[in-house]
Formats: sequence, structure tokens, C-alpha cells
Amino acid sequence: MHELSIVFHIIKTIEQVGEENKLEHVNSVTLEVGEVSAVIDEYLGDCWKWAADRSELLKGARLVIEKLPAVTMCETCERTYATVQYGRICPYCGSERTYLLSGREINIKEIEVG
Amino acid sequence: MQNNSIDVICAAAGSGRMEHFMKEVKILEIKKSVFEDNDREADALRGELHEKGIFLLNLMSSPGSGKTTTLLRTIEALKDRLKIAVMEADIDSDVDAHAIAGAGVKAIQLHTGGMCHLDAGMTRQGLEGLEAAEADLVVLENVGNLVCPAEFDTGAVKNAMILSVPEGHDKPLKYPLMFEVCDVVLINKIDVLPYFDFDLEKCREYVRMRNPEAEIIPICAKTGEGIDAWADWILREVAAWKADK
Repeated sequence: MHELSIVFHIIKTIEQVGEENKLEHVNSVTLEVGEVSAVIDEYLGDCWKWAADRSELLKGARLVIEKLPAVTMCETCERTYATVQYGRICPYCGSERTYLLSGREINIKEIEVG
Repeated sequence: MQNNSIDVICAAAGSGRMEHFMKEVKILEIKKSVFEDNDREADALRGELHEKGIFLLNLMSSPGSGKTTTLLRTIEALKDRLKIAVMEADIDSDVDAHAIAGAGVKAIQLHTGGMCHLDAGMTRQGLEGLEAAEADLVVLENVGNLVCPAEFDTGAVKNAMILSVPEGHDKPLKYPLMFEVCDVVLINKIDVLPYFDFDLEKCREYVRMRNPEAEIIPICAKTGEGIDAWADWILREVAAWKADK
């Protein structure tokens, strides 16, 4: 739901990296996006195209999205399971005492410089 | 931090790694959360607010849950005891800021220009515009939305959210992150409890499931029920923030 501002944060970070490393151009940016993060890849791509073209460093740069699996931890039986497949209730013991271990991340993994 | 040739170079956080990939193309490892910059800005802002003795409260909820009405009640209950200022964030309107200014406290409207949340940078700009150096309590009324505002730390000392009875008691399960980041959950519109299938006990259970630390205060902003307990919570937190200096 807030893809555009996430794109702005990414661009800001990469421009900073660009400045510190005296980069002239970035060809692509690889993100790691958790399965249950609140962003939609397609929207992220659209916002990226629009915003990246307005940055000299990132003009025409590709956005590559790698998915990170969402994993939930069960407090009752202390096992972990795939969040998207099983949801909130532990498939092993039926407990509702569960919490998300990972899957909400949005990380800038790497950039390719030309 | 430069090793031989281009093997390791320093990235933003000082830990980037650069490797030869193909002849001309290099991969620079960043490994940085998109939210990292905002989190750092938020921490810095909190530090400055601590120095100044200003307690910033981030108030979140879905649209129509009664944020502005609750805020008006809160101002009424506390304005003789605390210097209060309010920042109203909205995509595009200033009806709320007018209502708050009418209650006799300093208020400004922040237009997010289509953004669904506020981040630390926008909050800082708002505080500068508010000129709230004298305030004990600044309330940030965030954009009405249960998803996006939860992801961005605004620099607030505490997060509060309002869940209103007509929205249903299952919201903590549907918007877990919002309930995880909140220090206090106000359950508003309890005057209409008899007309809805809202189970207050279930709701408490679901909130605790997501956040065992959260305080839960049932209120009715319209009649004023529960506002005393809410005002006491604020007074306690403001005093603790100032005492901790």
C-alpha cells in the first residue's frame, strides 16, 4: 500500500551508496521482499519505473525482486512452519500462540553497477 | 575500508562488499533494510524530543474510528494539566485541524499528498512547523489506515491506536503488525456494544495474543466514558518520559 514511499527510501539509500562509492550508474537493484510484507511486487515495479527514471544514477535501472519465505514460530510446541500455507494456527499442535519469525522484510540486497 | 583492487569497498552502512562478477559488471552488496534510514531518523528525533521534554504520541486507527472526537475529549480532559499541541495528518483536507484548533490548542495540518502514512522525516517537518517547543504533549493524528502507519516509526515516544466497536473484535488478527507496535489500544464506541456482535473479552484476548504488553482501555469518546482512564495513562507516561531525563 505504500510502494511509492518505499521506492523513495530505496532510491535515497542507493544514491547515498552511489555518492560514497563515486558510482556513475546503477544497472539494477535487487530487493529481498518477505512473502507477507505489505507491498505488491507489481505496484513496486510500476513506482520504480516512474521514480528511478528521475534519478541520474538510476535512470533505466532494473528492479529485481527476490521473495523471502514467511515463517511462523509456535510458542506452544516451539516448531516453525510456513506462514502462507498454514496461517495463524500451528499445523502441528493447533495452538494459536504463534508469532511471525520472518517474512515482513524489505531489504536492498545488492546493486549491479556498470 | 578498501582492500586490494575492488574486492571490498565501503557501502552506506560501512559494510558493503564488492565483487567482480563479469568483466565490466560489478555487484555491490548492500544488505540493508528499506526501513533502516527511517528507523535511524526516528531514533534521532526521539532523542531530541527527550532533551526538550516533549512527549510525542502517535495516534493511529482506521478511518471513522473516532480519532478526532477522542482527541477532542482528551484535550478537554488534559488541557489544564498539560500544554498540548496537535499535528493532523491527512491525505488532503484540513477539517480535523480546524476542529482541534477550535478546542483551544495549537494545531497544524500535514498534507501527506497521497501518502498513506507519515515517516520520521515528515513528522520532524511537522514539529518544526508547529513550533511546539513549549508543549508537554504533542499528538500526531496519523493517516486513517491500519496497515502502512504501522511500518514506519514516526519518532513518537508511544504508539496508540483506536479500534471502534463497529469494526469488529477480530481486527487484531487481521492487522497484527498494528497491534504489535501499539503500547495502548483504545476500544472506542462502547456505547453501541449491545447492537454489534463485538466480543470485548475476545478482543482483549486477540490483542494480547499479538502484544501481551499492550494496555487496553475501553472508551466512548461521545459520552466521555473511559476518558479518565485514558487521560491517566497519558499523564503517567508523560511524567515518566520527563522524569527519565
